[in-house]
Amino acid sequence: MRLEPIANPTLPRRLGLPALAIVATVVIASLLAMIAGGNPFSVLGLILDGAFGSKFAILETLNRATPLIFTGLAAAVAFRAKFWNIGAEAQLYAGALITVVLGTGLLAWPSPLLLPLLALSAVIAGAILLLIPALLKTRFGVDEVVTTLLFNFIFLLFISMLLEGPLKDPMGMGWPKSARVLPEARLPRIVEGLRLHWGFGLAILSAIAIWVIQTRTTLGYEMRAVGNNPEAARFAGIPVNAVLMKTALLSGGLAALAGFSEVAGLKGSLTLDLSPGFGYTGIIVAMLALLNPIGVIFAALFVAGIFVGADSMSRAANVPTYLADIMLATALLLMVLAIMLSRFRVVRD
Amino acid sequence: MEILDILLSASFWAAAIRIASPLIFATLGELICERAGVLNLGIEGIMVAGAFAGWMAVYSGTGLWMGIGVAMAVGMLFGLLHSTLTVPFGLSQHVVGLGVTLLATSATYYAYRLALPEVTSPPKIEAFQPYAIPGLSDLPLIGPALFHQTPLTYAAFLLVLIVSFTLYRTPLGLAVRAAGENPSAVAAQGLSVTAIRIGAVIVGSGFMAVGGAFLTMSAFDSFFFEMVNGRGWICIALVVFGAWRPGKALLGAVLFAAFDALQIRVQQTSLGTAVPYQIFLMAPYVLSILALVLVSRRAEVPAALMVPFNKGER
Repeated sequence: MRLEPIANPTLPRRLGLPALAIVATVVIASLLAMIAGGNPFSVLGLILDGAFGSKFAILETLNRATPLIFTGLAAAVAFRAKFWNIGAEAQLYAGALITVVLGTGLLAWPSPLLLPLLALSAVIAGAILLLIPALLKTRFGVDEVVTTLLFNFIFLLFISMLLEGPLKDPMGMGWPKSARVLPEARLPRIVEGLRLHWGFGLAILSAIAIWVIQTRTTLGYEMRAVGNNPEAARFAGIPVNAVLMKTALLSGGLAALAGFSEVAGLKGSLTLDLSPGFGYTGIIVAMLALLNPIGVIFAALFVAGIFVGADSMSRAANVPTYLADIMLATALLLMVLAIMLSRFRVVRD
Repeated sequence: MEILDILLSASFWAAAIRIASPLIFATLGELICERAGVLNLGIEGIMVAGAFAGWMAVYSGTGLWMGIGVAMAVGMLFGLLHSTLTVPFGLSQHVVGLGVTLLATSATYYAYRLALPEVTSPPKIEAFQPYAIPGLSDLPLIGPALFHQTPLTYAAFLLVLIVSFTLYRTPLGLAVRAAGENPSAVAAQGLSVTAIRIGAVIVGSGFMAVGGAFLTMSAFDSFFFEMVNGRGWICIALVVFGAWRPGKALLGAVLFAAFDALQIRVQQTSLGTAVPYQIFLMAPYVLSILALVLVSRRAEVPAALMVPFNKGER
């Protein structure tokens, strides 16, 4: 067999195949739930109900989606330029770290200025962290997949070291946990009394901003050109390495905003379990969104819904919650296959 | 001086060889995939699956070697999945690899929860026991280090020889290396690049799973969550460090393991109490990155690594 590009894929082909991938994922998950002894239809019903069935469930899903929008954008931006940033987890913690360090009293800025300043510092911290792998790639040709991945381990140990040392909250009863940020450093709730905070609004704004950058600016054009064909881009006079650096800074900054928003919006302090792998899940979000920044919002809601729903389903139906991860992995693999099949025809010879 | 004492003790080197063994299996597995032109980032998950499958098989009553066979078979299945998506369909090897890792890990944990629903501490099995090779094991220092290990460690070293020989001395090895260097030439010979690459990924993934099974069946005697703990990613760095050669990869794995065994011991010395333990835990990862930087200068990377081969285009 071989693959033949389709000159002008029809709309049903471009959207139908990804939809089919989602359907197939649900079918596979149903079969697995059946193996675990659950009724497949009620299991899926429970997941849906747990994710979107009540006001509380919906807000929980939106909350869970917030960091995933940031990490999903981080992956989408980088992958578009074929810069494989697998280190969003570390960049998220870099953003959280700077928020806690500056937000617990080191910066005595007046309230309306403090939050934007913290967000900006987080962006810078995340960008700097990704600068090293980006430099290693452009200067020495070291594969960024391995370096960004190894940085996740290194940076989490670094955070652990700080939380057991200088950053440890003396009031924390011995837990490796930082002090809480100042009240002025907390993101306000969108509706008073409900958990949803303005981190979600910032995430939506970021997605729109990235969409504008990608479709309306020279940088966006250059990033796509570098991703499509670096050789051709170089030949066309695009400074490939500079574009890669800018991509890396943008990607690292976006991932760090996830850490800022989790600390300032939700948790108030830094712990080692601030992120249950948001950085890695962002990759899946980006792929499900076909690397489209606006699509990232919907993909993050879908993924967050699976996690939140699977948690409540697991309690009700006694099916292991790892089903959520299996669903995401399956969705990821089927989605990349679907994207490919929507652009190429398989020819037997 | 405490460090010198550690370096001169037989138990230290025995530990280093033991720690190196799973890395050797998995690094060889990755090396075979990459030599054929496919980067397999599924390695971390495949090791988790192998660790569970081998242990579960033995726990359900099969023999130890049968357990290794089961682990290998499970690894090969994930290899089949990976290579089907990346070779004929040419999907992104990065994305597919991460997907396979997530799928293998979560499916393993799911299976574990189904098999042992109420268990809090996982049951133990009768694992591989060290076997002292008569005569050789009495040698000072290297005797206990090299010749008083479990059979699986001997198998790891043997596998280095087998893979080396196959890659450099047989037509099959030549075909595999050519598939990673110059696939068009392979196709011109009338051979199927697709078949060679799929085969290499399947076999390589089988070895990765055996590396994982070493953890549950030789190093420990039961299965824990997070037990593979980044070893797969380290093996990817070891392949680069070993410049895609089995012998050098073995050397890298042993050096790395020695460093790992050293940091555990140094933590107990006066130096260890003065420095936060996280610094020691970070060191292997920092070392891996440094190794990548040093080695990347003399790039011997297979020319067609990560380049999909499509007969339609030349």
